[in-house]
Amino acid sequence: MKLTLKVWRQANATAQGEIKTYPLDGVSPDMSFLEMLDLLNEQLVTQGEEPVAFDHDCREGICGMCSLMINGEAHGPEVTTTCQLHMRSFSDGDTITIEPWRADPFPVIKDLVVDRSAFDRIIQSGGFISANTGSAPEANSVPAPRDKAMRAFNVATCIGCGACVAACPNGSASLFLGAKITHLGELPQGQPERWSRVVDMVGQHDHEGFGGCTNIGECASACPKEIPLDVISQLNKDLRTAMKQGL
Amino acid sequence: MAASGAAFIGFVLGHMYGNLKAFGGQEKFNEYAHHLRELGEPLLPYEGFIWIMRVGLLAALIVHVVCAVVLARRAGQARTVKYAVKKNKGSSLSSRTMRWGGATLLLFIIWHLVNFTFGKVNVQTGETGAAAGDPYSLLVDTFDVWWMTIIYLVAMVALAFHLHHGTWSALQTLGLTNTASSRQRAKTAGWVLAVVVAGGFSAVPLSVLLGIIEK
Amino acid sequence: MAGSTLHDGLTPLNGPSNQISDDAQGFYVLGENIVDPVAPAGPIKDRWTTRKFENRLVNPANRRKLDIIIVGTGLAGGAAAATLGEAGYNVKSFCYQDSPRRAHSIAAQGGINAAKNYKEDGDSTFRLFYDTVKGGDYRARENNVYRLAEVSANIIDQCVAQGVPFAREYGGLLDNRSFGGVQVSRTFYARGQTGQQLLIGAYQAMERQVAAGTVEQFTRHEMLELIVVDGKARGIVTRDMVTGAIETHLADVVVLASGGYGNVFYLSTNAMGSNVTAAWRAHRKGAYMANPCYTQIHPTCIPVTGSHQSKLTLMSESLRNDGRIWVPKNVADCEKDPREIPEEDRDYFLERIYPSFGNLVPRDIASRAAKYMCDEGRGVGPQVAEIGPDGEQRMVRRGVYLDFADAIARLGKHGVEEKYDNLLDMYARITGENPYETPMRIYPAVHYVMGGLWVDYHLQSNIEGLFVTGEANFSDHGANRLGASALMQGLADGYFVLPNTIRDYLADGPFEKVAADHPEVVAAQRAVEERVSKFLAIQGTRSVESYHKELGAIMWEYCGMERTEEGLKLAISKIRELRADFWTNVKVLGASDNLNQDLEKAGRVADFLELGELMCVDALNRRESCGGHFRGESQTEDGEALRHDEEFAYVAAWEWGGDSNEGGQPVLHKEDLIYTAIEMKQRSYK
Repeated sequence: MKLTLKVWRQANATAQGEIKTYPLDGVSPDMSFLEMLDLLNEQLVTQGEEPVAFDHDCREGICGMCSLMINGEAHGPEVTTTCQLHMRSFSDGDTITIEPWRADPFPVIKDLVVDRSAFDRIIQSGGFISANTGSAPEANSVPAPRDKAMRAFNVATCIGCGACVAACPNGSASLFLGAKITHLGELPQGQPERWSRVVDMVGQHDHEGFGGCTNIGECASACPKEIPLDVISQLNKDLRTAMKQGL
Repeated sequence: MAASGAAFIGFVLGHMYGNLKAFGGQEKFNEYAHHLRELGEPLLPYEGFIWIMRVGLLAALIVHVVCAVVLARRAGQARTVKYAVKKNKGSSLSSRTMRWGGATLLLFIIWHLVNFTFGKVNVQTGETGAAAGDPYSLLVDTFDVWWMTIIYLVAMVALAFHLHHGTWSALQTLGLTNTASSRQRAKTAGWVLAVVVAGGFSAVPLSVLLGIIEK
Repeated sequence: MAGSTLHDGLTPLNGPSNQISDDAQGFYVLGENIVDPVAPAGPIKDRWTTRKFENRLVNPANRRKLDIIIVGTGLAGGAAAATLGEAGYNVKSFCYQDSPRRAHSIAAQGGINAAKNYKEDGDSTFRLFYDTVKGGDYRARENNVYRLAEVSANIIDQCVAQGVPFAREYGGLLDNRSFGGVQVSRTFYARGQTGQQLLIGAYQAMERQVAAGTVEQFTRHEMLELIVVDGKARGIVTRDMVTGAIETHLADVVVLASGGYGNVFYLSTNAMGSNVTAAWRAHRKGAYMANPCYTQIHPTCIPVTGSHQSKLTLMSESLRNDGRIWVPKNVADCEKDPREIPEEDRDYFLERIYPSFGNLVPRDIASRAAKYMCDEGRGVGPQVAEIGPDGEQRMVRRGVYLDFADAIARLGKHGVEEKYDNLLDMYARITGENPYETPMRIYPAVHYVMGGLWVDYHLQSNIEGLFVTGEANFSDHGANRLGASALMQGLADGYFVLPNTIRDYLADGPFEKVAADHPEVVAAQRAVEERVSKFLAIQGTRSVESYHKELGAIMWEYCGMERTEEGLKLAISKIRELRADFWTNVKVLGASDNLNQDLEKAGRVADFLELGELMCVDALNRRESCGGHFRGESQTEDGEALRHDEEFAYVAAWEWGGDSNEGGQPVLHKEDLIYTAIEMKQRSYK
């Protein structure tokens, strides 16, 4: 396959970036999207041009490190992560525009690499259950209803990649936020801190500069783990309950 | 946003009910309009109910607009560098046009109030303050003008879009859509309200234009 | 389980090793034997309890004066950071990823073992201990393994309390499954994402401590040097991967939880960034590297499709429960559509060679058998280039069929979907083939390394003040790791073992502050700066990636599933040549003062080029087959692994002896494995 790549190049956080066009030949449909970028980088190194920086690590769709806006879609045209997207989803002769996640709370570090530490800070603000090591009771002493445990698991599959923010026209991280609120809020162990958690996490989310949610739904469609929109409803419900309690 | 929006949903339903009285003829319609002014008497003074509604709606409007502006500003600040290419794949057109649709509706409401409430402008005769006590005639005179009907129909399309997303969005914001089925119901409710309200409102001007409703 | 006898743990059941063969002669120097200086004694079941009591305590008021550096934020590092932070120490946590949550522990699928005996099926601490030692082919240290089994139950309690959403039964209690061929159900799981859920639990606990101010988090920071002052590990030198700043971090103690080095093979199931650099830098500063040749190769991975391949993806071996593995009988059929090959022309080789276990033979046997079939030319799938045993490049098909046709006929398509849909979907997504219609293709891939830095019972290396946890150390899995045991070890070390052993070391602290201009500190920092500049200054013609690929091909061919004296010697000479070429001809573009992924990679590959040679030397020396290490010269008549306990029941702890291209030779220190609770036995799967 022969492709034309339009790639965002930006030397560092403060530099002015631009889209550069690179022709790329010899792409196999069996390559993953990132292997296609490896090929581009190998070609760039040969030509003496600095390779394109992009985030990636596990390359099996679970670590959440890879990102990329591919032809205007977060993680590209399939419901999966960029590392699990394969070139057979494209055709010979295609032009592919590759951009970094665009959100001010995710500043560009270089080329396609952005800083997502805002997500860590949101977790720090309350995305946990306070259980010091050694203080835990016997695991089966508190049964958790299976349906609630299942829902908790389904939303705990969030990989923190940031595609929800990238896809949201408002630049909101509500899906990420809602997934954590729902995960911990559905479990009996998460109840003691449930109401303060939602208030603190929403506060941090807003403080980081993410946009507000207007329930458009682009986030859930972009989510490689198919986290449903109902976590945002859950987030709102918990927030309302917390506010009733004067938190 | 959700609470003020919910107030508007209640209002447009009531308003539409009143408008449909036009099919009952001049007398019924004018009687209804008069009845609204006497509603709540003697507990409330004459036009008391209407004024409570007006104040309430104005407050809701202010809340709604302020929230919208805040949200729009936050969204703008959250992405100051735009994408060169951006596709939408999971959202309805209505959800993405809430801000433009909202602005359109705001402009329309201002004209609508001038037209029927405060100015009572008869676009056929040019007189203002016309037809005190006879809103029915004003209504028929207005919608006999084709371009007035077009303005209203365009506004009703905007309203339909706004209700389609707004209904579901309000339920979601109120935290009432925690399951796949409730989410589906909320979306259905959005469709139903959009079709019923916009359809109901449009029925009157269309009927006037087509001569089904006449003086 | 027949023949599992209990011993009191008070009397040695075997004597010290006595090695007769010396295949690696000329490649190493024999050093002094070593022993675990803090090995506990007494009845095995009391050893950890006694040790926890004996280990000294640190006054809570003193804890905040003690600085702990932890490198790595996977299960072992994240759990340790959280726990030590909660205890009130000053923790500095480092990871190369953009967030601690991305550490590669996240990719573990199957589950985590714990001796809870919730199924009342005869499980116990002792049985988990026994299974782990046996599964490791009697090359693990008994004390450490028993402790691991002992704390396993606490791990589950801890994780549940943190909100890890384990699978549950209808009554709301925790579910278990049997995993990896063991006969009891002791594996706790969260669908196929157990590693992810456990890691998120540890990550959240750690982030809580970041908020509390006890843990300071340094993401996108890579450790490039260990600082040793007066024989004690006192800090690290890191590179800020965003700004390029070379920074010095000093502390009272350093913990390495930096994971495994499977990426020395280039293609593995590891994350792209997984590397040996932190451990290797410590090794070069004197820490022993133990059993580096013990590598686990997983039989059911998706095969290589071409030279562009950057990583391999594992599919749960549960697929072997219902799938049948075969290759064509005739080489001529290898290119055909498998559905057109008639039954009589198919060779179900595992069922043929191992009639009683069939497709369920252990990982190493299944892996090797697949390799032999492809070596014979009966592999399937695309031809890929590789280095042959003679050192020449050749084209070979590396894949065997894993066929679900019979299972679909027996269980129906729906039945197969219910059990395996997520795995089959993943296969379809990666290969573009529909596994319900055409047989899947699989091939073994490097998955985990049992070797790592040598540690004592306290998880302290031979450098004082340097502790090593998780996959980065060598201690618990012997020559082969059982399924669902990696997560157990990482969390055991992080939550329960290290916090109880490190305090005995820290009780002597706070140690005298090391000045930022101390000669050792300055030297370490300068060494890193010089190395970084050197990479950029070489300005050669070959990309870093190409060196890594070539090293991987050498390692895979000669130090992979089957190792021979001849092959290993050839590999050593090839690696030496490649390393020499690397240092004169590598091409690294860009600058050192900002994000430069090629520069990062150059450092990692440079270390792999040294580690690879040591792995070959270790494999060459160990003329026996045990667990994941198979020496062609040491097999039974039936082609099964043959151990030589009298010669090799020891841990091979290697000391850095300088670069071999400059005349250096590694020094071998042997730690004899003396069993007191379990007797060594030869395994058989026929």
